[in-house]
Amino acid sequence: MVWVNAVVQGLMLGGLYALFACGLSLMFGVMRTVNLAHGDLSVVAAYGSLALVDSLGWSPFTTLIVVIPGMAVVGYVLQRLVLDRALGISALAPLLATFGLSIALQNLLLQIESSDSRILPTGSFGISSWQISGKLSIGWLPLLTLGVAIIGLLGIELFLQRARLGTAMRATRDDPATAQLMGIDARKMYAIAAMLALASVGVAGVFLGMRTTFTPTSGSDYLIFAFEAVVIGGIGSVRGTLAGGLVLGVAQTVGSQINTADPILIGHLVFLTVLVVRPRGLFRASVLA
Amino acid sequence: MSALEVDSIDVHYGDFQALWSVSLSVAAGGTLAIIGANGAGKSTLLGAIAGSRRLTNGAIRFEGQDVSSLPAHARVALGITLVPEGRRLFPSLTVEENLSLGGFSRRTGPWSLKRIYELLPIVAKLRHRHANELSGGEQQAVAIGRALMNNPRVLLLDELSLGLAPVVIKSLYAVLPDVSSTGTAVLLVEQDVGQALAAADRVECLLEGRVTLEGDAKDLDRDSLRAAYFGV
Repeated sequence: MVWVNAVVQGLMLGGLYALFACGLSLMFGVMRTVNLAHGDLSVVAAYGSLALVDSLGWSPFTTLIVVIPGMAVVGYVLQRLVLDRALGISALAPLLATFGLSIALQNLLLQIESSDSRILPTGSFGISSWQISGKLSIGWLPLLTLGVAIIGLLGIELFLQRARLGTAMRATRDDPATAQLMGIDARKMYAIAAMLALASVGVAGVFLGMRTTFTPTSGSDYLIFAFEAVVIGGIGSVRGTLAGGLVLGVAQTVGSQINTADPILIGHLVFLTVLVVRPRGLFRASVLA
Repeated sequence: MSALEVDSIDVHYGDFQALWSVSLSVAAGGTLAIIGANGAGKSTLLGAIAGSRRLTNGAIRFEGQDVSSLPAHARVALGITLVPEGRRLFPSLTVEENLSLGGFSRRTGPWSLKRIYELLPIVAKLRHRHANELSGGEQQAVAIGRALMNNPRVLLLDELSLGLAPVVIKSLYAVLPDVSSTGTAVLLVEQDVGQALAAADRVECLLEGRVTLEGDAKDLDRDSLRAAYFGV
């Protein structure tokens, strides 16, 4: 029963990782841009939500109606003002630009807020759970997180595979210059993908902030988990990222049963094993040109 | 009025001038072949018309409208469609997805998936395959179908025959009369002079970025053609 519990809790944790990794996967999958400010942007979303909670007395869930469109706008501005220009310089430039943004955001948050750790208040919902048996209970919040992750990531995958705009985005990923010859405005596709990615970062930031404490610098701590989820699942595949997040979550909780001192270690080992055995990830959905 | 009119354009790559005051015009339903040796500027010319190369001088007019400053994707929406050299299909997409993206601008006209499958039965058979699994000839057929999905008014074909077997080239060129008959102006670039003369009603020859010869395909004699092609 201990092991069943570990796997179940791992899936819940994995849902959070998948939700968190979704934006990173999408931006890398469409723009081939590694966004090093990804974690910090989710922390910005969490602080934004917290500001609304503090000032208006909203529940963190209600703040999503502001945080999601707000982060989408941030995505548009980020793509148009920073990443489009950086892409024109070299392949390395967007990486450096987002690295700079990461540092700037962390310090900005330290100035505005403080380095005290904060949490988004969830009241009784955050600690209540579904008692399945004496040794197994599932928290409602983690279960909701997993549900949102599954619906969100599969929804984005369906959009990419089936919708006209989604197909155009995959074509732009393959070959932006030829996409232009089909009448596709590559910059517009990038902007839409960035908006979608950052909207998901907003959701992830709020769920992260409800689940655990955060500080201005905690974004970069989580970035590594997002990377691992993306790589385990297969770069360029959003449903792969969902699977990758779940695998990573289970690896960590099962790992904590084996080695309580350092549960994260097992997660890293699984990630390294995937890199060695299946370097293109569990889902090889896309052909890299 | 010509469907497409190129009026003394210059194109530079940095300090190097690739095109020198090149002019041409193609009527609706007409076929113009651009011939010339490697590096004569043929692909550059098509790129300039499609919008992927910027002009340093001159103008490009489509049905009387100056399109010189429009980006490539906006020219596609007007009906200027390029089949690029080397096919350039989207490798991770299926054949049918490639074709449907050709119609991304939602232009109406005679061409649809169904009509293209009738015209190119080989493409119909491959519709669920990924583009990177196809042979060169199959890819070229899909690339032509993809361009037709835009219902082009001006179709630009860059080196259709490159790297393909003669029998395949023949079957691809056999499609062109069906395209011209819908009133589409065809501009094709070809290294294979015999093929170009057979397919086109007018011919222009480029040499080192300049037009050296222009005339009706059936009136050209071999000697003047050779002189224009090699500059001797």
